[in-house]
Amino acid sequence: MLTMVSVRNFLSGSHSKLKFAFSPKILDLDLLNVIMVLHQIQSVILKYGNETQELLKWASRSGNLGLRVLWLILHFAVTICKVRYLAMVIDSEEAQELSKVFELLQWVADIGVKSVCLYDPEGVLKKNKEPITQRFSSANLSEEAAVNGRLVTRRNLTLEFVSFEDGKEAVAKAANYLFVKHYANGTKEKSDFTEPQMAEALGAIGSGGAEPDLLLIYGPTRCHLGFPAWRLRYTEIVHMGPLKSMSYGSLVKAIFKYTMVHQNYVTSSCGTSMMRKIDLTDAASIVCILLRMFFFDCRTKVKRYLLACMSN
Amino acid sequence: MTKKIGDQAGKMFEYFGSFLRKCIFSVLSVGPVPDHIAFIMDGNRRYAKKRNLLDGAGHRSGYLALMNMLKYCYELGVKYATIYAFSIDNFRRRPEEVQSTMQLILEKIEDLIKEESMVNQYGVRIYFLGSLKLLSKPVRLAAERAMVATSGNSKSVLSICLAYTSSDEILHAVQECCGEKWDEGSALESKGAGNGLVFLKGNENGKIKPSIVVKDLEKHMYAAVAPDPDIIIRTSGETRLSNFLLWQSANCLLYAPPILWPEIGLWHLIWAVLDFQRNFSYLKEKTKLS
Repeated sequence: MLTMVSVRNFLSGSHSKLKFAFSPKILDLDLLNVIMVLHQIQSVILKYGNETQELLKWASRSGNLGLRVLWLILHFAVTICKVRYLAMVIDSEEAQELSKVFELLQWVADIGVKSVCLYDPEGVLKKNKEPITQRFSSANLSEEAAVNGRLVTRRNLTLEFVSFEDGKEAVAKAANYLFVKHYANGTKEKSDFTEPQMAEALGAIGSGGAEPDLLLIYGPTRCHLGFPAWRLRYTEIVHMGPLKSMSYGSLVKAIFKYTMVHQNYVTSSCGTSMMRKIDLTDAASIVCILLRMFFFDCRTKVKRYLLACMSN
Repeated sequence: MTKKIGDQAGKMFEYFGSFLRKCIFSVLSVGPVPDHIAFIMDGNRRYAKKRNLLDGAGHRSGYLALMNMLKYCYELGVKYATIYAFSIDNFRRRPEEVQSTMQLILEKIEDLIKEESMVNQYGVRIYFLGSLKLLSKPVRLAAERAMVATSGNSKSVLSICLAYTSSDEILHAVQECCGEKWDEGSALESKGAGNGLVFLKGNENGKIKPSIVVKDLEKHMYAAVAPDPDIIIRTSGETRLSNFLLWQSANCLLYAPPILWPEIGLWHLIWAVLDFQRNFSYLKEKTKLS
């Protein structure tokens, strides 16, 4: 439009020339000027066209980069729920306050953890197994929904209750189990026991169970109070403070920190391996680098575009 | 001349440091002093990487830090010290790294049994805990020599966990208990007492009478040479026990300062001891209950 207007203006400006001079020479000169103007317009269009094309390409690349950053952020948010098996050591005196235990378990369920192992040395939580299990089992969930007439969405947890007797005494029982199994035929076997055999023996006597990924200690001291040794080999241990001063924020922080902890590769006796997790600082630096690239790229391209426009 | 002045200045600085430590320890000793401290020396390789040092230099710096920490422990009155020198899991590292670590361990064991070493200065008896059969012959022989050479010392104990994991220790104890019970049973059988086989064939109800108890297992643990630890210190901020003293750490304070092992100093030990003293009554009560 602009070019047409300028051409029209140009032509109208030189209209007087056309009016008075019907001589072929003047007409030729005017036509030449028109052609030159059109040529200039063409080159400007081409130049800006290139720049516009580059701008569009950059916009598409930046858009992809932006999508990647969002994807990373989304995955970081999702990894908060990557604790497969959470254990909680609670001081036995503090464990008597069941309302606090219910609240804590509700928070854990809300975060998305599916399996929890509850430990206290004296077995207070074991004695209160029924009320705790009733609160968090799916069977009772459907009954509640029917009674209320509304569907209540509540996450359910798989709970395991452990006490001091599931530690050292269980290993002694497993030792007897192994003795009977491997020495019962009356001959002394020469081969040493292996870790899988020990794990099988513990399972047979009812003290088996997976090794927790993360162990949270709710008590006055950072001490695991006799949590079964066989299940504590590579578990991350975090002290959360007394149960009475528990907070949702510190629970989320502990679980999130676990998912970002850098862990050396260790192969257990069963052949399963721990996943390498991105360090929090590494993850943050990756995001910063990507964001920096995105904005730096953006700034450079805009600058170049403006300079190109100004020079023309 | 300059060197002499430098040496004298160094000695004076050392005497002053030692005097200051004695003052601090005498104040700390008013409260309960831990009997046994265990160390997981984590962070040597990261330290070397951080300081752009050669491979193995991190472990050497770690050894110097260890000697200082042991000196402070024995001066404070801590009788037992246990260190996690090499785990069975560490054998999975690159062969050249394992080889260089073993070489360093061999070199340092030889240094320890020298006359003028810290070990003899503080009357330290050395034990090597772990599955020593997994070690190469020179290292195993050096370890046995060190144990024999320091068997006369009785003031303090240093337990060095080499080719050790807690799960291997528990398995070993179970194996030893089973072997012991078998030998007892066989001895009774040979004497003609039929009851000797009761725990093999079962009693009248078909149930096996349990005969291995926790005390039997504890007797056969590698770490039975020392009481249960009061504090386990793991550096580099890691919060795992990594298969170290899991059986013995039931009522033990876990302390995880965020510094790398070669950076550990007197203040970290003082902080750990203060933390132990603050929680002493609670931990003692828990020990009695268990």
